[in-house]
Amino acid sequence: MSLDDDYLRYARRGYGMDHDLYDWSMLADRSPVTWPGNKPLALWVNIALQYFPLDQRGQPFAPPGGMVTAYPDLRHYTLRDYGNRVGVFRIFQALDRFGVTASVAMNARLAERAPYLLRRVVERDHELLCHGWDMDTPHFGGQDESAERDVVARSLAVLRDATERPVLGWLSPGKSQSANTPQLLVEHGVEFMCDWINDDLPFPFRTPSGELIALPLSTELEDRFIILQNGHSEMEWAEQIVDSCDFLIAEAEASNSGRLLALNVHPWMLGQPHRIRALEHVLAHITGTQKAWSAGPAEIVAHWRAAQS
Amino acid sequence: MRSDPGLYEYWPYENRPKIAWPGDARVAFWVAPNIEFYELDPAVNPHRSAWPKPVPDVHGYATRDYGNRVGHMRLMQLLDKYGVRGSISLSTALCDHHPEIIAMCRERDWEFFSHGIYNTRYVYGMSEQQERTVIEEAMATILKHTEKPCAGYLAPALTHTEQTLDLFAEAGGIYTCDLFHDDQPTPVTVRSGKKFISVPYSLEMNDTIVYVVNKIEPRRYGEMIKANFDRLYAEGADNPVVMCVPLHAYQVAHPHRMKAFEEALEYITGHSEVWVTTGREIAEHYIEHHYNAAVADIAARGTGQGGAA
Repeated sequence: MSLDDDYLRYARRGYGMDHDLYDWSMLADRSPVTWPGNKPLALWVNIALQYFPLDQRGQPFAPPGGMVTAYPDLRHYTLRDYGNRVGVFRIFQALDRFGVTASVAMNARLAERAPYLLRRVVERDHELLCHGWDMDTPHFGGQDESAERDVVARSLAVLRDATERPVLGWLSPGKSQSANTPQLLVEHGVEFMCDWINDDLPFPFRTPSGELIALPLSTELEDRFIILQNGHSEMEWAEQIVDSCDFLIAEAEASNSGRLLALNVHPWMLGQPHRIRALEHVLAHITGTQKAWSAGPAEIVAHWRAAQS
Repeated sequence: MRSDPGLYEYWPYENRPKIAWPGDARVAFWVAPNIEFYELDPAVNPHRSAWPKPVPDVHGYATRDYGNRVGHMRLMQLLDKYGVRGSISLSTALCDHHPEIIAMCRERDWEFFSHGIYNTRYVYGMSEQQERTVIEEAMATILKHTEKPCAGYLAPALTHTEQTLDLFAEAGGIYTCDLFHDDQPTPVTVRSGKKFISVPYSLEMNDTIVYVVNKIEPRRYGEMIKANFDRLYAEGADNPVVMCVPLHAYQVAHPHRMKAFEEALEYITGHSEVWVTTGREIAEHYIEHHYNAAVADIAARGTGQGGAA
């Protein structure tokens, strides 16, 4: 029994993308972006503050960095919790030492569980992004729309109510989405999302309820991806970020258009005593070039937007 | 099913008739950028799912899309710098989706060979007629958009049937990249008896295998390429060989990976006895000058196991 001949038909074969979510566009063809002070590189550091429940359901898939062993996986639960108790404060110190701005993407459930940590984030004036409900509450294809709407509304409300600040940015747990996620985000006042990692600069993203901005937060450069998933050492992570920084600065100068270095860091990973020096090494290198503008994502999006007209 | 693919006979590396490449080169060096289109929501093949997560698999799709939006242009500039013409393993539907990329490759006189229609369509379960249809359609698309006939094949997503290479040869192809059994071109047995060969393409040097499957650090990948070249360059003094680096802009053209690859490319192209060429040029040269001698040697040595029609 061979395949149905429908398998040889290609409904979306034609110019541009095979969907209507965003337009086809090559980075090299975009209008130039200028960052403040004419710096070639915008540096965006994001700290992911995450809660991994011990009773992980893992449906329809387990979160990256989640529980591994049979219940109760005290080992991974506490290793992740370490980041929120200890590691994050090491990262704060490293940022302060090098004068680097960072945003914080926080699971709403963690904000409820650790109000002290949320208060410190606000006191320190980090831009706050919503990182969904918790790491075991993924957004996924086929998810019931009203259930997802409830997760989006609840997660944003927790952070907004507790901080009395606007929360304009969104990072889905595991960067996974349903087909409805972008629309639900727009309907709840989110202006940019960081899950789509298909570009090195922001780009406009369409939904039936209006537009939002996709601001790519590189996965390939994440500490979790390089150190945990690929099994490289922390100093090999640092080498890769240094090479990336140098390449992007050179490309920005050659093309006369700013570039973005987006670093997502996990306190449960880089916040360990033996790994923090890798972050310090990276921040020393980037700030030492004198060619980086360190900013929060909302500001980066605003400057990018100004260059689009 | 067969225990032996029936495509070639056992033919030991030592004491083969000598190959003579143009310019008396020891190594025919070619670079094969895969320029691919993955569909967001492809038709379902019951034998293999296109994405590990339910549609939309934002991470998988965006990872590939990065190559088209950002990577190809970067990689082109690098290959230009070292005088390398790419041999493109092409998802031929990309001619419709992203003709700008095709135009840039044509300006550079790059070779286009068939990598199927989409990299999210698999031949598993197809009848022979269905597979013939998709093979011919992909070749016709290349001829239409590039005005040159397609000579080579790399099956989409490396999916094959027992007839794949027979069908491709009957449609007019002369070489395949699907076999990894040798460091020199070798005759491939096809049912039509046409002169058809394998050109070494290398999975070991393939950036996706290196970065995604083997999770290698970028700088080590650069060292691996150099080591691979050094040994082949030494052996090629006795009997010339082929070295290929297959690439995917969505892997190698990330900012943290470009420098290491550039160093390797600079190193290889800095050697004098290297024929920097394309897959088609290797295949045509081999078929014209070496195919008959190879077939005669294989028969005379009587070492054959498998491949006999």
